[in-house]
Amino acid sequence: MPSPLIAPITDTLRDFGKPRINRAPSPILAFAVPWLLVMLGSLSPTWPIIASAPVVPPFGFLLLVAWQLLRPGLFPVWAGLPLGLFDDLYSGQPFGSAVLLWSIAMIGLDLLEVRFPWRGVLSNWLSASAIITAYLILAAQISRASGGTEALAVILPQVLLAVLAYPISAKLVGMADKFRLTPVQKI
Amino acid sequence: MVAPSGRRPGHNRRAQYGTFFGYMLALGGLGIGVVLLIASIGDSAAFAGARTAATDTTRPAAELAAASRSDTQGFFEVVAGYFTRGSRVAKLEREVAEARVKLAEQAALAEENARLKALLTLTEGEVKPVVVTRLIGSTSSSTRRFATIAAGTNQGVRPGMAVRSPLGLVGRVLEVGDNTARVLLITDSESTVPVRRSTDGIQAYAVGRGDGTVQIKLATTGLNPFKKGDAIVTSGSGGLFRPGEAVAVVVSLTVDGAIAHPLSDPGMTEFVVVEPIYDEPAATAAAAPEAR
Repeated sequence: MPSPLIAPITDTLRDFGKPRINRAPSPILAFAVPWLLVMLGSLSPTWPIIASAPVVPPFGFLLLVAWQLLRPGLFPVWAGLPLGLFDDLYSGQPFGSAVLLWSIAMIGLDLLEVRFPWRGVLSNWLSASAIITAYLILAAQISRASGGTEALAVILPQVLLAVLAYPISAKLVGMADKFRLTPVQKI
Repeated sequence: MVAPSGRRPGHNRRAQYGTFFGYMLALGGLGIGVVLLIASIGDSAAFAGARTAATDTTRPAAELAAASRSDTQGFFEVVAGYFTRGSRVAKLEREVAEARVKLAEQAALAEENARLKALLTLTEGEVKPVVVTRLIGSTSSSTRRFATIAAGTNQGVRPGMAVRSPLGLVGRVLEVGDNTARVLLITDSESTVPVRRSTDGIQAYAVGRGDGTVQIKLATTGLNPFKKGDAIVTSGSGGLFRPGEAVAVVVSLTVDGAIAHPLSDPGMTEFVVVEPIYDEPAATAAAAPEAR
């Protein structure tokens, strides 16, 4: 008699994620994955990187921009408010900085989508680079306004890294999008 | 085909309202951001409770990550060690020979020091650390330089306490949660540490530049006395930091001072020591500037 621990793989487990005629994506997964991924990116200050200079790209923002460029309309246009609030808890920026900048970015990305609905990889990267550069410069300005005196040139390496990190974030978003729509639910 | 934009939903009244209120909410978010920003720029301690509660929540995961950080660094060091072994052995042998001489000198100095102290009937208490803890995170994507340590009120950490690694000063505690605390690193542009040159008593301030170095500003004007390689230690004036703690080494000179590289790279430090408050009145004044 087989013990429950070494029971053979059940049919449900073997068929998990396989495209079948009577399977549909889970609505919970389809809804939650984008939000969770962006929040995970916002948690980057708790990742095992301790830096004495600002070099790590703002992953939360990168992922939000990537979602919005690859899957326009997935996030509501007001998503910058809750996600920015969460990011502010960890980022170390003056509180409210991400709420403001992410809200502006969401509105801007929505306008971009209306103006240029046809985009390719390169045009996505180009627009993301412009948005990320503007975001980092404005974030540095906000931190200066709160009493910091660091030179603006300090963020140059970070801008470069963030622009280079965008395609990776976009790839990650693509993978998450595939995972989000995995047919797992029996209908 | 391009997906139809949700922005022009045609004649569907409900969808039109949805789009409209979505935009209103987005603009509202913008306004809320401005209000929060004004509040937090006016009082940097505002929202400290929310922030420390948030870091308290992620502490277990962050602590795990901190442990893996030191492991991976060890791994790369091990690999690199194979390639540089020969030259390093030679260098170490030379250093040992030099160190033996220095040790003898130090022993003589220690003896002389003890004699002089006895003469002055001066007793210096050993600094007992409040807690030895891990650095579990840093604001690596913001221009502000904060780090998080895995100890808070429950471990006896209070705002204003100095945080140091075996190599030198790391920063001071700014906000304290139950089990985590936020540390203002000495490289942050709002951090000012009163320092002096280790060889003589030239007074200066070490102000962070936000890019991993500190600017050494002379307390008095005049000829720039600094040279490359000068060691900078805390002077203890102001009472926030204990005197004589290593801070940085001068790497280049400027017109009115020097640029120095902190000795303790927080990225290479796993464990840090939280030291008790050096001088009580100064620390309370620094923790609550608005009370003055």
